[in-house]
Amino acid sequence: MVVEIVSWVAVALALAASAVILISRDWRVSLGALALQYLASFWLTTRHLPLAMGSVKLIAGWMAIAVLGMTRLSLTQPGSTIEDSFYPRGASFRLILMGVVAFAAAGGTPQINNAIPGMGLPVIAGGLILIGAGIAQLGVTGDLLRVTIGLLTMLSGFEIFYAAMETAILVTGLLSAITLGLGALGAYLLVAGSVPLIEPEDETL
Amino acid sequence: MSAPIIWIALPFIAGTLILFLLGDKYASQIGGAIAAILSLIALFIPIDAAMLIGSVSFKISPAIQVFGRAFEFTSADGPLLAAIFGISAIWFFGADAAGMAHRFVSLGLMIVSLLTASIAVEPFLYAALLLEVAAMLVVPLLVPLHQKPGRGVARFLVYQTFAMPFILFSGWMLAGVEANPGDLRTALQSGVTLSLGFAFLFAVFPLYSWIPQLMDESTPYAVGFLLWALPVFTVIFALGFLDRYVWLKNTSQIADAILYAGVIMTVTGGLLCALQRHLGRIFGYAAIAETGLFLIALGLRTPNLLDIAFLALLPRGLELSLWALALSIIKRKAYRLKLSDVQGLARVYPVATGALIIAHLSMAGFPLLAGFPSRLALWQALSAQSLSAALWAFLGLSGLLVAALRSLASFVMADAPPRWELNETRRQAAMLGIGAFGLFLIGLFPQVLQPFLSSLPALFEHIAQ
Repeated sequence: MVVEIVSWVAVALALAASAVILISRDWRVSLGALALQYLASFWLTTRHLPLAMGSVKLIAGWMAIAVLGMTRLSLTQPGSTIEDSFYPRGASFRLILMGVVAFAAAGGTPQINNAIPGMGLPVIAGGLILIGAGIAQLGVTGDLLRVTIGLLTMLSGFEIFYAAMETAILVTGLLSAITLGLGALGAYLLVAGSVPLIEPEDETL
Repeated sequence: MSAPIIWIALPFIAGTLILFLLGDKYASQIGGAIAAILSLIALFIPIDAAMLIGSVSFKISPAIQVFGRAFEFTSADGPLLAAIFGISAIWFFGADAAGMAHRFVSLGLMIVSLLTASIAVEPFLYAALLLEVAAMLVVPLLVPLHQKPGRGVARFLVYQTFAMPFILFSGWMLAGVEANPGDLRTALQSGVTLSLGFAFLFAVFPLYSWIPQLMDESTPYAVGFLLWALPVFTVIFALGFLDRYVWLKNTSQIADAILYAGVIMTVTGGLLCALQRHLGRIFGYAAIAETGLFLIALGLRTPNLLDIAFLALLPRGLELSLWALALSIIKRKAYRLKLSDVQGLARVYPVATGALIIAHLSMAGFPLLAGFPSRLALWQALSAQSLSAALWAFLGLSGLLVAALRSLASFVMADAPPRWELNETRRQAAMLGIGAFGLFLIGLFPQVLQPFLSSLPALFEHIAQ
C-alpha cells in the first residue's frame, strides 16, 4: 500500500517536473526539474527492475544533466534563437499543452492496463506523461538545449514502460549509454559554433 | 579469435585510436586499409570453419557473450561483411580527397562497427538500440566543432530517437502475436507501431525533411556517408524482421503498405529532385528516391525479392561515394552549390563534374551504368504486380533524370566559357576515375556481383523460401 502511494507521488512529481520543464524559460530551472523527473522515473522503473539497474538509469540521467548544465554554464552567449519562430509560445499555451498531455495519459492508462495487465497503473501513467511531455516539448522548440531535454524526457518515459517488458542488462546498459550520449551530444551541439576554426599551421605556433 | 571481435571491436578500437593518435595525413590510408583488410578476411576466411595454413590450424569462432546476450555471425554473414567493409574502404580512401580525412575516418569506423554489431546482436530486436547509438555518433561527423548546428541535424537526431521506442515496443508486441496468432487487435497494433518505427528510420515521406536541410548545412561527403550507411543497415534490419515474422511479409495489407510507401518516396523524391536548384539538395532527394526503391523491393510479392534488394543495395555505396566526393570537390570552388554558381564548371573541374553526372545517371537507372540492372529487375517484378505502381516509380526516376540533365546543362553553360583545365589533384582524379569505372563495370557486367548475390539470400532463409 505504501509502495503504491509512493508510486503515485512519483507520478505527480513526474507531471509537475515535466510541466515546469515545458513552461519555464530558465535553463537552470529546467535542468533542476529534469533531475527531479529522473528521481520519479527511477522509482517507477524499480517497480519492475532491480534497484541496482534502476540506479544505473538514475545516475546516467543525472550525469547527462550535469554535462548539459556545465556546458550551458560555460557558454558566454545565449543559446539558439530558433525557438522564437514558433507560435503560439506563451506560458498559458504550454500549460494547456501539458494539460492535454495529462488528460491523454489519464485516458490512456486504464486502457493500456487492460491490454497489458501486471504493469501497474502508476507505471503506465508515469510513462505516458513523460513520453507525452517529451513529444510536446519537441514540438514547440528548436532550441538545442530544450530539444535535448525533450528527448531525455521522452526516453525516460519509454524506459519506465520498457523496464516492465524487458529486464536484460544489455538493454539497460545500452539505454543508459543512449541517455549519456544524448547529454554529451546536446553539450557538443551547444558548444559547436562557438569554437573558432583552427588551421593545423596555427596549432603549431 | 571470435568474429564479433574482428568485425565489431577491432574497427571501433581502430577508429578511437585514429581519432586520438593520428592526424589528417595518414588517417585516410590507414582507415581505408583496415576496412579493406577486414573485407578481405570476411571474403576469404570462413567463419566457424577450421583453416589450416602450413602446420597452423585456426578457426574464427562465431559468437561472444556480452551481459548475457550474444553477438553472433554465421558463415552466411561473410559476403555481407565483405561488402560492408569493402564499400566502407572506398569511403575512407576517398575521405582524404574530399578533404575531411581525420574526423570522417575515425568516426566512420566507429559507426560502421556499431552498425555491424546491429546485424550480429541476438535477439536481433536490440539492433534498434545500436542503430540509435550509431546515429548519435553521426552527429559530430555532420557538425564540426567550429560550425553552428542547424535545424536539420536536430531533426535528424529527434527522428532517429523516435524510431527506437516504436521498434522495441513492436518487437515485444510481435512476440505476443506469435504466442496468440488469433489476436488480430494486437497484430494490427504491432503492425502500426512497427511501421511508424521504420518510417522514422527510413525517413519515409514526409519524414525526410532533414535530408535536404542537412545537405544545406553539412559537408556533402559526411551526409553522403550517412545516406549510405543508415538506410542500408535499416534494410538489413527490416529484412531480419520480415524473416523472423514471416506472417508480416505474407499479410497483403502490410506488403502493400511497404510497397506504396516506397512508391510515394520514389515519386516525391524524384519530382522534388527535378525542381531543385541546389546540387546538394538534388543529391539528397536522389538518395531519398533510391531509398524508396528499396522499400518497393521489400514490398514485392516475388520469391526473388532478396536478389532485387541486394542488387540495388550493393552499387548504392559506390554511387553515393562518387557523387559525394565530386560534390565536395566542386564545393571548394562553388561553396553554395547553387546551379547558378556552377555554370561553366565542366571546363574547370572536368573529372569531378563528369563523375557527378555519371553517378547521378546511374542512380536514375541509366542504361550501361551500375543502377540499371537493379532498376530493370525491379520494374519487371513490379509491373507484374502493379502496373500503376511501376509507372509511378518510373515517373520518380524520370525526375532524377531531369535533374541530371539540368545539372549537366549548368555545368556546360557559361556566358564566357573558361578555357579547359584540370584543377582536381591526382588523388582526386584517380578516386573519381576509379569510381566512374566501377559504375560502368557493374553496369556492363552485373555478373561481377554474382558471388555476393548468390550467397546473401542465405542470411534470410525464410524470406528466400
